[in-house]
Amino acid sequence: MPNLTLIEAVNAAMNFEMSADKNVLVLGEDVGVNGGVFRATDNLQRNFGEMRVIDTPLAESLICGMSIGLAVQGFKPIAEIQFMGFIYAAFDQLICHASRMRNRTRGRLSCPMVLRAPYGGGIRAPEHHSESTEAIFAHVPGIRVVIPSSPARAYGLLLAAIRDPDPVVFLEPKRIYRAQSEMVEDNGVALPLDVCFTLRLGCDLTLISWGAMLKETLEAAEYLAAIGIDAEVIDLASIKPIDKVTILESIQKTGRCVIISEAPKSGSVAAEISAIIAEEGLTSLLAPILRVSGYDTVMPLFKLEQQYLPSVDKIVKAAQHVMEF
Amino acid sequence: MKTIATFSVKYSQSLNPAAELNTSLEQLATAGIHSSDLLDFYQSMLLIRTFDTKAIALQRTGRLGTYPSCLGQEAISTAIGKTMHAEDVFIPGYRDAATLICRGTTMQQILLYWGGDERGMNFTGNNQDLPYNVPIASQCCHSIGIAYAFKLRREPRVAVVVCGDGGTSEGDFYESLNAAGTWQLPVVFVVINNQWAISVPRSKQSGCTTLAQKAIAGGFSGEQVDGNDIIGCHLQLTKAIENARAGNGPHLIEAITYRLSDHTTADDASRYRDADDLQQAWREEPLLRLRNLLLNHQLISESQLEAIQSQCNEEVEACVAEYLAYPPQPNSAIFEYMYQQMPCGLKQQLSELETQR
Ligand SMILES: Cc1ncc(C[n+]2csc(CCOP(=O)(O)OP(=O)(O)O)c2C)c(N)n1
Ligand SMILES: [Mg+2]
Repeated sequence: MPNLTLIEAVNAAMNFEMSADKNVLVLGEDVGVNGGVFRATDNLQRNFGEMRVIDTPLAESLICGMSIGLAVQGFKPIAEIQFMGFIYAAFDQLICHASRMRNRTRGRLSCPMVLRAPYGGGIRAPEHHSESTEAIFAHVPGIRVVIPSSPARAYGLLLAAIRDPDPVVFLEPKRIYRAQSEMVEDNGVALPLDVCFTLRLGCDLTLISWGAMLKETLEAAEYLAAIGIDAEVIDLASIKPIDKVTILESIQKTGRCVIISEAPKSGSVAAEISAIIAEEGLTSLLAPILRVSGYDTVMPLFKLEQQYLPSVDKIVKAAQHVMEF
Repeated sequence: MKTIATFSVKYSQSLNPAAELNTSLEQLATAGIHSSDLLDFYQSMLLIRTFDTKAIALQRTGRLGTYPSCLGQEAISTAIGKTMHAEDVFIPGYRDAATLICRGTTMQQILLYWGGDERGMNFTGNNQDLPYNVPIASQCCHSIGIAYAFKLRREPRVAVVVCGDGGTSEGDFYESLNAAGTWQLPVVFVVINNQWAISVPRSKQSGCTTLAQKAIAGGFSGEQVDGNDIIGCHLQLTKAIENARAGNGPHLIEAITYRLSDHTTADDASRYRDADDLQQAWREEPLLRLRNLLLNHQLISESQLEAIQSQCNEEVEACVAEYLAYPPQPNSAIFEYMYQQMPCGLKQQLSELETQR
């Protein structure tokens, strides 16, 4: 079993599926010879040729819109948007067409495509390269939004996303692209979509996070364990649809919840999770639900980004607050 | 300085508003358009005009939602439908009922769509054609993916995409032209220049002398054709489509026509449009010149023309009756086809809708 980083796992999943299914295509800016600016598509063009691994003109709406055209023709395009900060020109195609093609043809056509993009802060990148706007996508009916938080989950979830018959936005936490490597068997086994993953069992409180913030969240859980607080940690993974069942079962057990996310606080995925718990799990709650999140500001340039991103310390303080409530 | 590239844009017309043909019927037949085709063109254009008139009447009497009329554009839209092969893929905008009907979509389905019924979105007839497209020019990007698919599978098929004069100002239009030229895809862009984008005239849409020349920036050729001349439209479309099929890459046809109606039934064009302009445009409309050509060449008699009109009326009335008699759709239609498998959260919301109502 190879030791893979998250970015290598992304590459391995695409490579596996392109070998297994000749209808899988990769397209985007610099994805060919260069293998993508983060190397996610490294060697794919060498392995599968220029017709299947397509360097597109620099045009995001085209990338998403042409993927829709390929998908309705029976291909399974994996489109890369170089950074989430440049995905918005493609958003029109996503919300007006990709998410609706099955519905607006009453099932005659469908849109099995994946739109991949690196997202999130913490790599000292320039302006427009560090935002976390997953909530915008989670608001769109008809698509799935998936965020992996480890190499193994990146591999299994990306395979599942490619095989899914509906459009999937697959957001990759670039801060942890190379943070950690782990054994990932390149065996083509997908993970289930639409479910969260419980990474740590605990009975005192539930910490829910996704993407790169799980690193700090798991560290906080370790710290809390050392001071006698037993935290359960859930990796949301499926941002849309949200796996209510796993979350509500955990809350039923712990009665306390802290949600950790690097996105702006208002109108966020964290807000959606809070609402689900308030609507369907209120009687289990022993304390208010807290959100440890980014601020409702423009993502700062990199000198202040560590002040913007939730820290282990902030997570621990929030956990202690709900424990003492 | 030396000239390193020169470009030109051609204009063509075969049948002028005075019903004069720039060639003989015999020569036309050698080019593939026989007298029987001319009759067929006329019949199809008359059917769509009859349908269009009826659709507006239905809207005015509260039995249809907002409807975008194609009055005046019957020639180019019908020509597209008559020229494409069944295995080609048509990527429409929203004013293309004429083309859709040629490609097998029923009038009932078109009425259901504009009547606000979900079932109107499942066009039968040609099951790979895309549905109506409302966000202007976004369909151009889809045509690139579809044409790329044909090229990748080495299929001799062509994607034909339409958009309006207004649509040529959109980024998606330019992005698509650029990609079509880059990959030399089997796609034909038809710009239906009806002189108006709601209230904005062609002159305010672009400083380009022609809209056809935008293709040149994409790396391929563009031309203008009299969009009210179904013969010329058919001849030029045939060349473009068969060239694309043969692997010679994309082409753009700007069809010069005129939107004789309001933008939609929700619009009042008299607020922004000169009555004189409209009157002039009526003199150039597409049905009259073909009708006169048929009469002048004794290809049809007045009484046969009347028979065709009553046949169209009957056909449209039968479809309208069927449309009006459609049983209502269940509420669950809102939830169907969101995903291949309905997620738990949606099942819960559906059952809320069913029990709360
Ligand atoms: C992206 C987008 N912007 C605005 C509109 C609203 N709108 C609908 S039709 C139209 C004018 C389109 O003109 P044109 O492309 O010439 O097509 P025509 O209506 O003349 O057939 C506008 C602005 C829209 N549907 N989509
Ligand atoms: Mg127009």
